[in-house]
Amino acid sequence: MMRSLLKYKLSTTLASSLMLFSLSTATSADGHSEFPDRPISLTVAYGAGGATDFQARIVTMMSAKTDKDDKGVYLGGQPIVVINKPGAGGQVGWNRFATKAKPTGYELAAYNIPHFIAQSIAFPDKVKYNIDNLEPIANWGADPAVFIVNKDSEFNSMKEVIEYAKANPGKLTVSGAGLYVGHHIAALQLNKVAEVDMKYVPAGGGVKALQFVLGGQTMAGVNNLSDAYRSRDKLKILGVMDLQRSEEFLPDVPTLMEQGYDVDDSSVNFRGIMAPKGTPDEVLEFLAKGSEAMFGDGRVIGKMKAGGSPMRVMSRADVQAMWKKRQTYLEGLLQDLK
Amino acid sequence: MEFLQYFGEVFTLTHFMILVGGTVGGLILGATPGLSPTMAVALLIPFTFQMEPTASLILLGAVYTSTVAGGAVSGILVNIPGAPANIATVMDGHPMAKQGRATEALHYCFISSLIGGVIGVFLLIFFTPPLADLALKFGPAELFWVSIFGVTIIASLGGGSVIKGLIAGAVGIWISTIGYNPVLGEERFAFSEHLTGGVHIIAALIGLFAIPQVLTLLDSKTAGGGVEMNAMENHSIWQSFKYTLSRVRALTIGTVTGSIVGIIPGAGGQIAGLVAYDQTRKTSKDSSRFGKGEPDGVIAAESANNAMVGPSLVPLLTLGIPGSPTAAVLLGGLLINGLFPGPDLFTVHSAVTWTFIDSLLVGQVLMMVFGLSISRYSRFVTRIPNHVMAAAVTILAVFGTYSVQNSLSDVIVMFTLGIGMYFIAKIGFSPAPLVLGLILGQLTETNFLQGSMIADSMDGPWVYFFSGTINLILIALCVLSIGFSIYSEMRENRRRAQAVTHPNEEAA
Repeated sequence: MMRSLLKYKLSTTLASSLMLFSLSTATSADGHSEFPDRPISLTVAYGAGGATDFQARIVTMMSAKTDKDDKGVYLGGQPIVVINKPGAGGQVGWNRFATKAKPTGYELAAYNIPHFIAQSIAFPDKVKYNIDNLEPIANWGADPAVFIVNKDSEFNSMKEVIEYAKANPGKLTVSGAGLYVGHHIAALQLNKVAEVDMKYVPAGGGVKALQFVLGGQTMAGVNNLSDAYRSRDKLKILGVMDLQRSEEFLPDVPTLMEQGYDVDDSSVNFRGIMAPKGTPDEVLEFLAKGSEAMFGDGRVIGKMKAGGSPMRVMSRADVQAMWKKRQTYLEGLLQDLK
Repeated sequence: MEFLQYFGEVFTLTHFMILVGGTVGGLILGATPGLSPTMAVALLIPFTFQMEPTASLILLGAVYTSTVAGGAVSGILVNIPGAPANIATVMDGHPMAKQGRATEALHYCFISSLIGGVIGVFLLIFFTPPLADLALKFGPAELFWVSIFGVTIIASLGGGSVIKGLIAGAVGIWISTIGYNPVLGEERFAFSEHLTGGVHIIAALIGLFAIPQVLTLLDSKTAGGGVEMNAMENHSIWQSFKYTLSRVRALTIGTVTGSIVGIIPGAGGQIAGLVAYDQTRKTSKDSSRFGKGEPDGVIAAESANNAMVGPSLVPLLTLGIPGSPTAAVLLGGLLINGLFPGPDLFTVHSAVTWTFIDSLLVGQVLMMVFGLSISRYSRFVTRIPNHVMAAAVTILAVFGTYSVQNSLSDVIVMFTLGIGMYFIAKIGFSPAPLVLGLILGQLTETNFLQGSMIADSMDGPWVYFFSGTINLILIALCVLSIGFSIYSEMRENRRRAQAVTHPNEEAA
């Protein structure tokens, strides 16, 4: 009781409503202990320092904050500890998470869409995770793919790229971060709708893929909007692979749809947190509310913006719908490939 | 001379305290096996969230610099390189320690680290634009030849026997193929659940070096570790300075190699140290002294891996492309402070950027000062009883391996490799070519596959891999390296044959 009293003292107006909520759900759960009463782990299936790891650390930095000038206690005052389990494009970490993590709410993981869904469709016998054994909690970011060429490239628009690709089947090389990640999906979509055969080269990381374009190793590339934006003075960014333009970062770059190629937002790299299936509903709800509010904290947004990482906070219900939509679409897209 | 303008910033109380703290902490972290520079910087990034940009970059830069040098401490004293970059240091550093010259070896290590490090940072200050252009020219074909060049030196790291070196290197390359194919995602040789993620380089490094060391310490027949206690000297720092500065060839080779490797994105310090070591030995008048406690080996390796730090930041600061895995993590540190790599860094944010670069220079000096002052206590490490040392090393090995990716599988792999290494070491194999094979195997495979994919869309693999100035230079270097190895092997055989026919001359 001391602790909750103390919490009350420390929390300010904005967070007190959230606090009340957390107390009420926690006590109603099963009576004997408040969730959470110990730190929560967050598995990141990529290496330390990568974009996913970097963002995961920023968006969870407020989880344990109870300082005087802080707005509140988003996740019951418990810190979120990031654990990196990299390997095989995320497969090692997610496989482990889906098979070993206990559904208690204390073991969470970061997800990347479309990566994990595409992998679960492409490698059904190797991959042990899919949208049915994982539960989304909340989404923090969305990084659309963009189509880029070197500043010195002969191409000035998507039309010119596609014309070249039509005239030279299999000759246009396009770099991207890896196989079955957003960049790969975007390249597959473009190949399909424009009826061309561009050669996709998985570079082993987004920065490496960008380097291939800057150094002229590949003729073009699909890359993250955020990374391309940072290198915009050395690139030509020809199109955004999303439903709308990026008003914040690249208001002048048209979407592919505007240029007549029916490429939707299926390749947008969504990042968020998830729990294993079987986690109690009230715990999921508590985490979902707390995380959504935490991602929306001004200090989190400020740091993310400074790092050029586009945010898109989505509730649990929205993410559930998005996962299902991606699953259906990717099944169709990857089916055509086989 | 813009960099001079911001020197004062480094010496403000807060900045200087952070620099000192980062340097001392980095030396300790670096000396802990498993806590590689990359890990150390990654772990520190969250701590910099609340700091102002300049302070946080100073901290990360200081840790980067000093962990690279700190990794040599455990290497020299207990034969366990703190990070892959220190493998080459161990090869002569530990034999020196066994002869009771640990303090001396550490002196050479820190002094040559300073020299290499400062020259590296000066390259960063004065030659950033041309070097950045060079960095971009390294695509899959060029990196493929860089790693093949690395492969050509594997054999000569075998500790005497070329055949054993080659066998160990081949096994290392095979181990690197375990797990998922890095480009195509296929799974290979994953016989056990513990191998699905492949064999992590740090797990292998610790296992291959530390575990045989533990078993040797416990093996009563060889107890004593061979350290000649009475030979424990109190080597004067001034003498070490004079000696290091007189080794111009080793220093030059180390610094030049380290700088070049630093600029090449994706190559990293582990290759810098080993290539510099190999070149120094090959050009030495008496290469047989290497591996037995030759100071030149330590000087070349350590000047190389610290010379790499400055240039590895060139492509990072100008293009956002990290020249080493640690620089990749540092990129996160820049971004979080709103510092986007590119020309803006040197114009809009010039105060932060130049203070950071200046702090790297001061950090190198601090690293040497603190390094030299801890080397004095190294004799206490060599006096630790064997069983205590064995226990401590085992704990560090387990802790270090587990902490890399929080994986128990890595610990199991580490022990398995280590126990295997203990037995094959008894028949004359050494761990260095194995680890190098493991590092280079993946680099070679990835770049070959990516290059082939690009080549298929162009004029085919022959044209792609065998044209272009950098490719041709690298191919020439590979041919020279192999040719020289064959030549020196033949010369060595001839000398040995002569020694057999004229045994008296050998004695004289």
